[in-house]
Amino acid sequence: MSVKSTAAGRTPAKGSGSTARGGAKRRGGQPGLVQLLTPEGERVEHAEYSIDLTPDELRGLYRDMVLTRRFDAEAITLQRQGELGLWASLLGQEAAQIGSGRATRSDDYIFPTYREHGVAWTRDVDPLNLLGMFRGVNNGGWDPNENNFHLYTIVIGAQTLHATGYAMGLAMDGADSAVIAYFGDGASSQGDVAESFTFASVYNAPVVFFCQNNQWAISEPTEKQSRVPIYQRAAGFGFPGVRVDGNDVLAVLAVTRAALEHARSGQGPMLVEAFTYRMGAHTTTDDPTRYRSDEEREEWAAKDPIARLRSYLDKQGLADEGYYAGVEAEADALAKRVRDGVRGMPDPEPMAIFEHAYADGHPLVDEERAQYAAYRDSFADSGDSADNSAADAGKVR
Amino acid sequence: MSQTATQMTIAKALNESLRTALENDPKVLMMGEDVGRLGGVFRITDGLQKDFGENRVIDTPLAESGIVGTAIGLALRGYRPVVEIQFDGFVFPAYDQIVTQMAKMHARALGKIKLPVVVRIPYGGGIGAVEHHSESPEALFAHVPGLKVVGPSNPSDAYWMLQQAIECDDPVIFLEPKRRYWDKGLVDVSAVPTALHKAVVARPGTDLTLAAYGPMVKVCLEAAAAAENEGRSLEVVDLRSMSPIDFDTVQESVERTRRLVVVHEAPVFYGSGAEIAARITERCFYHLEAPVLRVGGFHAPYPPARLEEEFLPGLDRVLDAVDRALAF
Repeated sequence: MSVKSTAAGRTPAKGSGSTARGGAKRRGGQPGLVQLLTPEGERVEHAEYSIDLTPDELRGLYRDMVLTRRFDAEAITLQRQGELGLWASLLGQEAAQIGSGRATRSDDYIFPTYREHGVAWTRDVDPLNLLGMFRGVNNGGWDPNENNFHLYTIVIGAQTLHATGYAMGLAMDGADSAVIAYFGDGASSQGDVAESFTFASVYNAPVVFFCQNNQWAISEPTEKQSRVPIYQRAAGFGFPGVRVDGNDVLAVLAVTRAALEHARSGQGPMLVEAFTYRMGAHTTTDDPTRYRSDEEREEWAAKDPIARLRSYLDKQGLADEGYYAGVEAEADALAKRVRDGVRGMPDPEPMAIFEHAYADGHPLVDEERAQYAAYRDSFADSGDSADNSAADAGKVR
Repeated sequence: MSQTATQMTIAKALNESLRTALENDPKVLMMGEDVGRLGGVFRITDGLQKDFGENRVIDTPLAESGIVGTAIGLALRGYRPVVEIQFDGFVFPAYDQIVTQMAKMHARALGKIKLPVVVRIPYGGGIGAVEHHSESPEALFAHVPGLKVVGPSNPSDAYWMLQQAIECDDPVIFLEPKRRYWDKGLVDVSAVPTALHKAVVARPGTDLTLAAYGPMVKVCLEAAAAAENEGRSLEVVDLRSMSPIDFDTVQESVERTRRLVVVHEAPVFYGSGAEIAARITERCFYHLEAPVLRVGGFHAPYPPARLEEEFLPGLDRVLDAVDRALAF
């Protein structure tokens, strides 16, 4: 596996389609798209990117994707049942996330958006940690340094700069690790993403920009974000970009590994565009039937990342019914753990409002905390205790 | 002052302060447009890149959001970045990163991470500059939970407060009064500094308190000197910190003088004067002989240079407010 270090890798791939006005149509299989596993589950070779996995590793990728999809489905259900205020589903993007996440080393650092549940899974972040924000008990809540997995960032594209700064720090430290910044096709329009490309390029920072082009930024198609394929934007900043079939977990793994190695070896940043599809809504408040067709969804359903790998495993005789049943049982157990965990998740204490506003403290926060505590205590005699107030607050959801 | 006290300008004091911070902590680094070879457009980082190298004093692309955003990433990696925004009006491209990311990340992580970033901003008017070079955005930052906002008015504070800001584990907006960069004063590098967020009585008086910070402290001291000729004794409190504000020191002063006028360059409407007036009215309602009055800029864009002396509170406008307060 190698990455071209010449300018050739940075220019539009040969035959990547017209870039003339109106040429950037949404299509499935595109020339120039790195693919190692066809939608039918056939292994194909690529001149630049290759991969050789053991049966255990292949089955592991399958398991990762199934469990991640099940976690996601459970979260959607919990939202419908009123247990979560909101959920951003990753349905359809399992290969992009598992493939890229499994390409990282534990000493690499990840900067996600708010949809990287599969990447978090590969980093051993407890799935329940991801749900706190969506349940409304915190705005993140986990220790980013525990798994080198930063907090979810909601403002689009902001984290690409944090990733770049972190990578600059890695380079200054002489560390042999890299950073991945996740973002979407919509975020590619943000100034912060452009600025992060500039900084990463200028300082030769070891960062991989991983764009999951899931074709839709809520209701706006990629054509409303860019008149050229997103991976080609890297060329203007002086580093290579590559488009990979985002529904092909093997190709994503191979390409991301190569990109990380490119960054680690001092060659600077690289952009990976995972060409994929958001099968569900943007979030649980969205209604994609208002802006996209059933035909389009069906076309992408035929490229399902999990079915594709299963088809390959079956053809190669690498897994039997007993194996699949075992994964299903694991998924059931995960779903139950998530369900029970969310329902048992306590509301934060009201006084938590004042916690962690500042690391070194702030007299105004101290004053308001004391005032509010006294106010709450004033209800103690009337029977309208703090517990009742907390219960009332819980009804808001 | 001990023997270690020397005369220097605010600009030199800031430069010495940054040099000391770079020497004391290998994790401290400077970032900004033109801060390296040029030493900054105001030369505050003069000579630092030459002595500490391009990895400690980093010339950045011209992208303010990028400067602050990458500084956040460097802080997450364990560095203590001190970024320079070239002029006050140029901070707004970075406002999103400051407000939605830098200010909130510690809380978002439930305290598991710290963001010791200092954003240095030469601010305020009075240098005859073009548009976007003379803003006073302190209220916009002080209003944001998670940020601390400080601004020295003299060389000694410039020297000490900047190092204290760098040592602080919270993000700090450090406002440098650019029209005072060349004012001289004594700096004692071996003194025990005043706490970062403590207000100080810059001049004692008995008839009325003038509360100010940054560039307006000098105007208030001049007003107090002029008022003395008219037989009036004005106390001047230098707030030094806009978030938090040391209301105790202001309260103690007002309980003595019973009158308060707040002076700042920023527009009065929704400005820091409103916050101070409200808090002091709450705390000192029965001590006050007059309503708290405010003197500041108008609710209009900062005017072109030929009109800025009209916009900026000068001696006469401060003394006019003093007259009105004393007339109650």
